[in-house]
Amino acid sequence: MDEGYLDQFVSLFDQYDVLGAFWVNIQLTAYAAVLALVIGTVLAVMRISPVPSLRWAGTTYVTLLRNTPLTIIIVFCVLGLWGQLGITLSSDFQTNFFRLAVLGLAVYHAAFVCEALRSGVNTVPVGQAEAARAIGLGFWPAARLVILPQAFRGAVAPLGNVLIALIKNSTVAAAGSVAETSGLMKTMIEFRPDVILAVFLTFAIGYVIIVVPVGLATTSLSRRLAVAR
Amino acid sequence: MSNLVLFDVPGPRTRRRMVVVNVVAALVVAGIAAWALVLLDRKGQLEPAMWEPFAQPRTWTAYLLPGLLQTLRAAGLAIVGSAVFGLVFGMGRLSGSRVVRWVSGTVVEFFRAVPVLLMMVFFYSGIAQLRVVDPPDVPLLAVVLALTLYNGSVFAELVRSGVHNLPKGQREAALVVGLRPSQSLRLVEVPQALIAMLPAIASQLVVILKDTALGAIITYPELLDAARRFGSGNGNMLQALLIAALVFIVINYALTTLAERLASRVGRLTAGDATAEAPAMAATTTR
Repeated sequence: MDEGYLDQFVSLFDQYDVLGAFWVNIQLTAYAAVLALVIGTVLAVMRISPVPSLRWAGTTYVTLLRNTPLTIIIVFCVLGLWGQLGITLSSDFQTNFFRLAVLGLAVYHAAFVCEALRSGVNTVPVGQAEAARAIGLGFWPAARLVILPQAFRGAVAPLGNVLIALIKNSTVAAAGSVAETSGLMKTMIEFRPDVILAVFLTFAIGYVIIVVPVGLATTSLSRRLAVAR
Repeated sequence: MSNLVLFDVPGPRTRRRMVVVNVVAALVVAGIAAWALVLLDRKGQLEPAMWEPFAQPRTWTAYLLPGLLQTLRAAGLAIVGSAVFGLVFGMGRLSGSRVVRWVSGTVVEFFRAVPVLLMMVFFYSGIAQLRVVDPPDVPLLAVVLALTLYNGSVFAELVRSGVHNLPKGQREAALVVGLRPSQSLRLVEVPQALIAMLPAIASQLVVILKDTALGAIITYPELLDAARRFGSGNGNMLQALLIAALVFIVINYALTTLAERLASRVGRLTAGDATAEAPAMAATTTR
């Protein structure tokens, strides 16, 4: 572990764009998070609605997607949707893979977003709804003023966990031929096997730096927003 | 029970309206499914030739079952490894020594924050470099090690949270009858915590089983890899991946159902109202 080792390791950063690879993962996460939040909210509304057929459809989606490995979903998006059905989301080759991976990440995590939102609704005691109705509030006023504000506060912590899982799972986009961190790490290790440990620790600590603040932020947010009961 | 919070018990008029909405919604859902099937049919994906190979025994004996066997082997080894890792580091986080607590805490938080795939890729290349294992065994070892470190860390958090959620009287009583703190932990608290953990463990098994599919990226010949090889050889990749997903769904659904059954039963076996769940990332290092 002399200076030569460090120098060789540092010179790797001139040849490979490590920050650029992390940026790809952050973009994957951001787009997938927005899409998953939209799909997950629709699913959650379906699952808590009083309409049996919608509830059934929402439950089926969550059961199927939650029990399928993410890797299969991503491979399915690329080799199945694009490779076999010829569905393209962009004329550019790389952008197409990127968008297919975002789609795969979003439909998978939407199932977990749905469960997080639902668990938020479950934190609201029935007495709150009964009290709202007793003072004469109808369905919409009771939902808007009494139940949903508490439900969203209760959902912050589980939603934070989904976001953290999504950040880490964005590496699985490598299975869909997206050039991101795990692929770059593999290339760097193959090019310089002698500094393998330093390369791994660099990427690993990069994720610690991204994930830990998100964890701390959502935890403190959920504590600050917690409804005192 | 979320329906009880948001919606009042319906009266006769609402019930009539709900029947209408229910039928319309069912038609919409069925319509979407039918539209997807028509699209697939137009691309020739519903042809019997695309699905017929999965009715032949050879597809299963030569591709899918060996793949499933490898999946289960990796998952089984990873479960045993995670259990050992989780017990050691979970008790380490509860140890009386500040140094042991700090080291265990750092290890657990680190492996919880690093993506499993990064660890797999690292072990795959690293173990191959060391040349101490037969080359064909390298992917299996990489998959098992990566899954062990991540899920073991989750188990460690579960042990800790299970012990924290026990009533304080359990530890006090153990100390009063003359047990040392470490004995109280080992003989009284952790065994009860383990029972409280059972539902959480069962749902973590689903995570382990799903994550073995990451092994396909580092050439481990598990179920996804087998399905991919079969699909590219027969031109029915879509169908092969769907079948592989279905196998995973069936196994995982059984595990999830087991977890729910356990959750409703374990309450009786521990002191107080003990539960265990993994706390949010990095939430506990500050405490």
